[in-house]
Amino acid sequence: MPLRTPLYDSHLAANAKMVDFSGWEMPIHYGSQIEEHHAVRRDAGMFDVSHMCALDLAGPDARGFLRHLLANDVAKLSTPGKALYSCMLDQDAGVIDDLIVYFFTAERYRIVVNAGTAAKDIAWMRGQLKGFKAELIVRRRDNDDAVAIIAAQGPNAQERRLTGTDAVAMIAVQGPRARERFWAAFPDSRAATEPLGIFQAAEWRDWMIARTGYTGEDGFEITIPADAAAQVWHKLLAAGVKPCGLGARDTLRLEAGMNLYGQDMDEDITPYEAGLKWTVDLKDAARDFIGKSALEGANARRVDVQFAGLLLLDRGVLRAHQKVITPQGEGEITSGTFSPSLNQSIALARLPAGVAVGSEVEVEIRDKRLKARVVKPVFVRNGKPCFSEG
Amino acid sequence: MNTPANLKYAASHEWARTEADGTVTIGITDHAQEALGDIVFLELPAVGRVVKAGEECAVVESVKAASDIYSPMSGEVVDINQAAIDAPESVNADAYATWLFRIKPANPAELATELGGLLDAAAYAATL
Repeated sequence: MPLRTPLYDSHLAANAKMVDFSGWEMPIHYGSQIEEHHAVRRDAGMFDVSHMCALDLAGPDARGFLRHLLANDVAKLSTPGKALYSCMLDQDAGVIDDLIVYFFTAERYRIVVNAGTAAKDIAWMRGQLKGFKAELIVRRRDNDDAVAIIAAQGPNAQERRLTGTDAVAMIAVQGPRARERFWAAFPDSRAATEPLGIFQAAEWRDWMIARTGYTGEDGFEITIPADAAAQVWHKLLAAGVKPCGLGARDTLRLEAGMNLYGQDMDEDITPYEAGLKWTVDLKDAARDFIGKSALEGANARRVDVQFAGLLLLDRGVLRAHQKVITPQGEGEITSGTFSPSLNQSIALARLPAGVAVGSEVEVEIRDKRLKARVVKPVFVRNGKPCFSEG
Repeated sequence: MNTPANLKYAASHEWARTEADGTVTIGITDHAQEALGDIVFLELPAVGRVVKAGEECAVVESVKAASDIYSPMSGEVVDINQAAIDAPESVNADAYATWLFRIKPANPAELATELGGLLDAAAYAATL
């Protein structure tokens, strides 16, 4: 039996084509993936991301635990609501998952991890928690018993904070007009959320509203009680926000040069091999995070690859696992697709070190070799092409 | 799902139509375009290529995935639809108007046998 989010019925009502995604029955599109993509680049679209898993970490050692657990350093978070992207590494510096951590106080954080890796992540985190005074609370994300949970809620719903064990839903509202349309749907939230900087969240009533996303556009990702999900979705629909499926989510994130766990990196890949060196914080020499010794010093794993973007110059579509032929040796595409914004195919790839940005390489597609240009792995942000060949 | 009665169908989701001049026009079905999603690239066989029935001879790529197209007929590729190559999304708009390639059957006996092996609209619809 596949898992369903609290928005399952809303998806069917919007004519979604549902597919299995990591055990969850999720919308791949609602008619046209390309139109959904353009809606996010040009106006506003929304994604059900309730299959992702929210975790609350609370306790006096919460900060110290995360400084040990994550390759990025939560010590740089001091403004309540501020978010940080990080990899969680194993001892060999392989990526267990990538995640976002939100700071509220040094004793209270919210972490959002990927759907398919949630069980593994939780087991790993619990294993590492020994010796730390902190508790990990897993927020339920399925729609079973959601109604029963509502009945158990007290009258002070507006005072309630999302720190309990209630089921939650998550919706990403993304696009140049996302915030404007969100405020049209929920005008009371504006005062609390208009001052938010990029990568910052606010708690508003029993919602968390974060100015984050996975599309390269502005917008909010909101975490709300599961029982409110359908009503919130319909208010956003009425405010002109277009439902978008996982298909558009993938083309948008790829254009934005954002990695997808399980495709661009996994436990056999270090952050250095996945273009994520910027997320590994080595500034505090005294900080000993898991995987650090495997990245540093005499025992460091040799890194002879680079992570790059490819623009296909010939006609065709780049796909994951296609072979890239360069003068420095062979590489491999980790994610590839057709870019609706650029009207040509783009990819993320691991290439031998030394292949210059701006140079031309070949990609093996079926029985042909097609020409592609190496670029920095960012293609479109804020509605505009932004790839760089130099 | 739209499955016109005047066409023959392969279980692998191609349609075939016999023309007055004896050639056979091939495309993909409405079900196939729907399953593939937004189509963005077509790779069609070279004109003059000789194919066997069931042979992979074209590729339809949507944003989501690449899908092989099998020729339902044996014979020589005598024409390909350049307009479809230039505007692959027209396959989504009308999968039956947007043909992909034309085959000139090797001989009439083989044509009859191969056509006989294809499904009619009702039988194809029943497989969906």
